[in-house]
Amino acid sequence: MTPVATPVFFYFLSGLAVLSGIVVITRRNPVHSALALIVTLLSLAGMYLMLYAPFVAGVQIILYAGGIMVLFLFVIMLVSIERVEREYQFNKQWVVGILATFLLGILLVLGYSEGKRVFPATPAALPENTNTQQIATFLYGNYLLPFEIASLLLLVAIVGAVVMAKKRI
Amino acid sequence: MVPITTFHYLVTAAALFVLGIIGVLTRRNVVIILMSIELILNAVNLNLVAFSRLYGLHGQVFAIFVITDAAAEAAVGLGILIAFFRNKETVNVDEVDLLKW
Amino acid sequence: MLDYITSYLNSSTTPGQAGNYFWATVYILIIFAGVSIAVMAMNWIERKALAHFQIRLGPMRVGPHGLLQPIADAIKLLTKEDIIPDGADKLVFWIAPLIILCAAFTTYIVIPFGPTHAVTDLNIGILFMLGVSSLGVLGVVMAGWASNSHYPLIGGLRSSAQMVSYEVAMGLAVVAAILMSSLHGMGFYGVASNGSATGVGTLSMIGIVQAQNEQQTWFLFKFFPLGFLAFGIFAIAMVAETNRAPFDLPEAESELTAGFHTEYSGLRWSLFMLGEYAAMIAVSSIAVTLWMGGWMRPFPHWLAGDTWDLVFSLFPGITFLVLAAFAFLGVIRMPKHPLFKIQTIGLAGFGAVLGLIGLVLLLPPVRYRILDIYWFSAKVAIFMYLYIWYRATFPRYRFDQLMKLGWKVMLPLALGVLILTAILGVVL
Repeated sequence: MTPVATPVFFYFLSGLAVLSGIVVITRRNPVHSALALIVTLLSLAGMYLMLYAPFVAGVQIILYAGGIMVLFLFVIMLVSIERVEREYQFNKQWVVGILATFLLGILLVLGYSEGKRVFPATPAALPENTNTQQIATFLYGNYLLPFEIASLLLLVAIVGAVVMAKKRI
Repeated sequence: MVPITTFHYLVTAAALFVLGIIGVLTRRNVVIILMSIELILNAVNLNLVAFSRLYGLHGQVFAIFVITDAAAEAAVGLGILIAFFRNKETVNVDEVDLLKW
Repeated sequence: MLDYITSYLNSSTTPGQAGNYFWATVYILIIFAGVSIAVMAMNWIERKALAHFQIRLGPMRVGPHGLLQPIADAIKLLTKEDIIPDGADKLVFWIAPLIILCAAFTTYIVIPFGPTHAVTDLNIGILFMLGVSSLGVLGVVMAGWASNSHYPLIGGLRSSAQMVSYEVAMGLAVVAAILMSSLHGMGFYGVASNGSATGVGTLSMIGIVQAQNEQQTWFLFKFFPLGFLAFGIFAIAMVAETNRAPFDLPEAESELTAGFHTEYSGLRWSLFMLGEYAAMIAVSSIAVTLWMGGWMRPFPHWLAGDTWDLVFSLFPGITFLVLAAFAFLGVIRMPKHPLFKIQTIGLAGFGAVLGLIGLVLLLPPVRYRILDIYWFSAKVAIFMYLYIWYRATFPRYRFDQLMKLGWKVMLPLALGVLILTAILGVVL
């Protein structure tokens, strides 16, 4: 990437991600929220590409945007098919929620301003050609046990989801 | 222009995290709460991948595991939602109060 | 500026890798135009071929032998009234065809028409293609939901459930092919002889074809039944993925009144059709790249040498000359009636254009450059014809049979092929 393009892409993608995030949490219609979440996921995939993580970007697009969001859209259609969202859309406890989040935001700002001097200023570029191969070496090498446990977790999740959603077991 | 450092990515991730927490704490619709949880997980992923550029590929591997777990959790959460919807015909989280005395 | 443009011409990588944005844009525009023309041609070929399968003639009036029928269809669709159903969600209704179209067209970035003739060669090429084509499912779901009507909703949900189910089998078959790309051994059962689990594979499309070149075999024939089985699983799953017959229940007219695109009219419907055909060509390109050797000519190593190279390099020109001969045959067989004069002249002109292209492709400077693109396009064209053949021949699968096939037959078979390929790769 030429040095001029990277800040442009970063500000565009991060602005898009944050804007879509705001749309996700403020829409009345859950389908619009799901669409905004898809935009967020895709812009995050773009940011992963900028961080020299093409494999994670590919996995994000396939799994998150192409899998999990399809699942969300299916369920939204199943549960709100006759429902017109004319109701008030915020919780009974929204004041406390906003207050807690504000405090969390202050905590994060304090944490970042303290920690800013710890990181190196401009990080080095990682090689792009062998990213998948190196991740594979890690996944099947150091992290083999978490990998197997993750597959077991997915099996448990499949069985659990089927049991929860069946009409009669 | 200012070169983009890790800090910029961390700020974006923090903003998404805060937005996700606002969504979880203030919305009524259970599906939107679940979507806000996905926002939180994505913010964490961005953090992990941003740091992995400094400290090696471990962050990216962990991000892949987080995505996998998010998929499992979304599936189970939506299954629970469907089961609950079948009983009570509502997706309003204020009405999930069967255990309240 | 000019040397920015000409500096790429001698390079040996794709424009994306060389960072040359001008040529990348040129390639993108060429691909865009090419896919649009291919979709129109596909429309014509489908109607004529289906008709001939059913012992009738198909469109014959609009141009000579119906050659201008796609243009007439396009004009009709563009001038139709744009109806949006009453309770439909306007934003989602508008966006759904765009999502399908963009997802289908974005996959063309990594399709390798030659060793340097791709827009770019991503490190994660095949993963990118699978991921972006899975974004099309979102468009289908949204189209079904936004129409605010029963048939589109059920059609959309069924269609997306089918697409997601067959994506799993597709992905596993693709992983089997990628495993084969890491073997570095020659011949049908060859595995590199430097000890245990062999070299490093690659997800990049150009890398996979180069691996086939290096291993001197199409992955179709590698580890004999396994490559063929993986290819078969992918070939069936790709037909189900693009909602084409015999898996087209969600959009079949006798069952669901056109399914998820029922409420779409005019230009929006044509966007769906464009996206569907573009997706067909894209997944056929994946099948060609992964199993059928991509841009390699047949028998590059068994029939090697200058004379065989010469013989195989005549194929593009001869193909177009044969097509021109068919056109002139049609001219001869036209009825000798004054009302047919315009059609006869039109067909003769078309035949002359084809013949001219064929002669240009026989010239030596052009001949050797066009080979990669020609062989790739010829193999994809065979797949397109297979799509039409399936549509004419097979009865439609009922939806539960379809899902049963996807989960209970394709998935275990794909898993079995993957495990056996891995075992053979380590053991041999």
